[in-house]
Amino acid sequence: MMQPFSEHQGLVAPLDRVNVDTDQMIPKQFCKLLTREGYGRLLFYDWRYLDGEKPNPDFVLNHLRYQGASILLGRANLGCGSSREHAAWGVLDYGFRVVIAPSFADIFYNNCFKNGILPVQLSDAQVDELFRRTYAKEGYRLRVDLERQTISDDNGLVYNFEIDPFRKYALQKGLDEIGLTLEHEAKIAAFEKQRNPQAPLFDPARVDLKIFDSTTK
Amino acid sequence: MAEARTLYEKIWAAHVVHEEPGKPALLYIDRHLIHEGTSPQAFAGLKAAKRKVRRPDLTFAVMDHSVPTKNRHLPVLDATAMGQFEALARNCAETGVRLFDMHSANQGIVHIIGPELGITQPGLTIVCGDSHTSTHGAFGALAFGIGTSEVEHVLATQCLLQFKSKTLLVRVEGTRPKGVTAKDLILAIIGKIGVAGGTGHVIEYGGEAVRALSMEGRMTMCNMSIEAGARAGMVAPDETTFAYIEGRPFTPRGKDFQTAVDFWKTLPSDPGAKYDEEVVLRAEEIAPQVTWGTNPGMVTNVTGRVPDPESFADPVDREAATRALQYMGLKPGTAIQDIPLDYVFIGSCTNSRIEDLRAAARVVAGKHIAKSLKAALVVPGSRVVKAQAEKEGLDKIFADAGFEWRDAGCSMCIGMNDDILPAGQRCASTSNRNFEGRQGKGGRTHLVSPVMAAAAAIAGHFVDVRDRHWNVDGVE
Repeated sequence: MMQPFSEHQGLVAPLDRVNVDTDQMIPKQFCKLLTREGYGRLLFYDWRYLDGEKPNPDFVLNHLRYQGASILLGRANLGCGSSREHAAWGVLDYGFRVVIAPSFADIFYNNCFKNGILPVQLSDAQVDELFRRTYAKEGYRLRVDLERQTISDDNGLVYNFEIDPFRKYALQKGLDEIGLTLEHEAKIAAFEKQRNPQAPLFDPARVDLKIFDSTTK
Repeated sequence: MAEARTLYEKIWAAHVVHEEPGKPALLYIDRHLIHEGTSPQAFAGLKAAKRKVRRPDLTFAVMDHSVPTKNRHLPVLDATAMGQFEALARNCAETGVRLFDMHSANQGIVHIIGPELGITQPGLTIVCGDSHTSTHGAFGALAFGIGTSEVEHVLATQCLLQFKSKTLLVRVEGTRPKGVTAKDLILAIIGKIGVAGGTGHVIEYGGEAVRALSMEGRMTMCNMSIEAGARAGMVAPDETTFAYIEGRPFTPRGKDFQTAVDFWKTLPSDPGAKYDEEVVLRAEEIAPQVTWGTNPGMVTNVTGRVPDPESFADPVDREAATRALQYMGLKPGTAIQDIPLDYVFIGSCTNSRIEDLRAAARVVAGKHIAKSLKAALVVPGSRVVKAQAEKEGLDKIFADAGFEWRDAGCSMCIGMNDDILPAGQRCASTSNRNFEGRQGKGGRTHLVSPVMAAAAAIAGHFVDVRDRHWNVDGVE
């Protein structure tokens, strides 16, 4: 069940790269697993580990000062590429509750909300400032208040951010969207029925797979 | 007089089940395609919540991402992949979802078999837990990739909560020069608008050069919409579309087909319909494209050179280009045609349809791949494509030219099976993503069209396929 989100305070880790794609977050070989859990260890696998899963000292998340980070600061078009939700599962399981970037790819942005991760979109200038502050001060932390839609630090920085009201509400409540949709079952059924006269257009033709399989061999 | 609407707006409006101000719309989904990669957790979630698959008849499953492309009759040695196959087979058996397993004559990449079987039709909403679902938009459908939580949502409700997208019209006017394919058009578009140029938008492709494309070419273009950041790409249905669809297994038959065509003809955007953005390209100005970096927007003409990172004004872009060149093992200023290749991959949901294979086969017929190549693979998008190609003798042409002829699947586009590009190796690939490690950790991918991949395999490096001695007449 999705963990509700109201407020969060945490250490910021900077990922100073544009167009970070979901293939980097969770490489393909781990998309063969059958669970939603356990992807934190695999997050940014190819960047994070050298051969034999030895931590790569050059990768930012391996730096001592960013251990225990729970806010990921990124660059434009974060999470582009593949729709794999494994990327969001990895981000969450690693310990991130908030991701901040000037822009997000649509599917990853969506997947964050489905998993109780708050993606915060700020301007380029604001993100630049956050990178500056994160680099400048070891142990740089941010406070994220979803109700007020603000992020702030201990040195007087306060940024407001925009978020769709429904997404905000769903995140605050940890809503089960499927349950919500199922409340409209009567409407869904009515929608299907109303389309029945045009059934040939909307329902697939009935095909005997066995016959079909053999005819196309 | 009703307001002029776009193709997207018409399909959207026809699928809204429920709407409230300030909330996403509940959108009905006509076709749900699933595969072994992104569905097991969705079925598990469904089961845990004691929910049922609402419309198994509208759900179609296939094994494609992790399937082996050779020796399929032998047991699969990859235990984790086998776990995926078994999970999908079990989930489909338990819920009544039709499955094309790896031994089905109709098995293939989900975005190849959907259109091929006629599951994909104009005016439908189509989703799949795969970002290249945008492919199906080539038929004038609204098709987009979703995450696994959304897969579970669709399984349970046949609906999705969706926010309406903005619209972007990309017109390619004029006539494509010889040797310039649909792949080159879409790479040029991504080069122009950038890998996030379509974020938040549904792209509709129009203009003379798009209208002139075959369905295969249109699918190649729509397929890569996601590489421009757009969840969906669309082309208005027309006679080319109807001719492709007619007679396919899951399409309306006889009188129903005519009823369907009459309806499909109402779908194209009305004259005067407004788009949020519009971009225009001239086909005559587009050359064969080759990517040099680690995202599809890092692309240039085959006659061009690897750019100097210093030439980028934005420091963030400069840093990204520097990093990309380092990963790709390329020096600024190197002529694209001087880049030597180790591997060639012809396949993927972008370019593995019969037309792609015919075009590539024409280029390699009677020739042989360069001695410097370590391997060249041709992986048909589906077993139907494979059978058709074999009927036409294309397998023989490829084999005689030194290519490996494989069984259908995603293969080296994503490297979830054994078809992995080794570290440090350079590959001309007809796939859609040149991300770091996409084809294999440390592998270096250059995205190109099928005719470019074929010609590059012969030459051992990229060549200008517009040169007279390459046989590229009439390619899409």
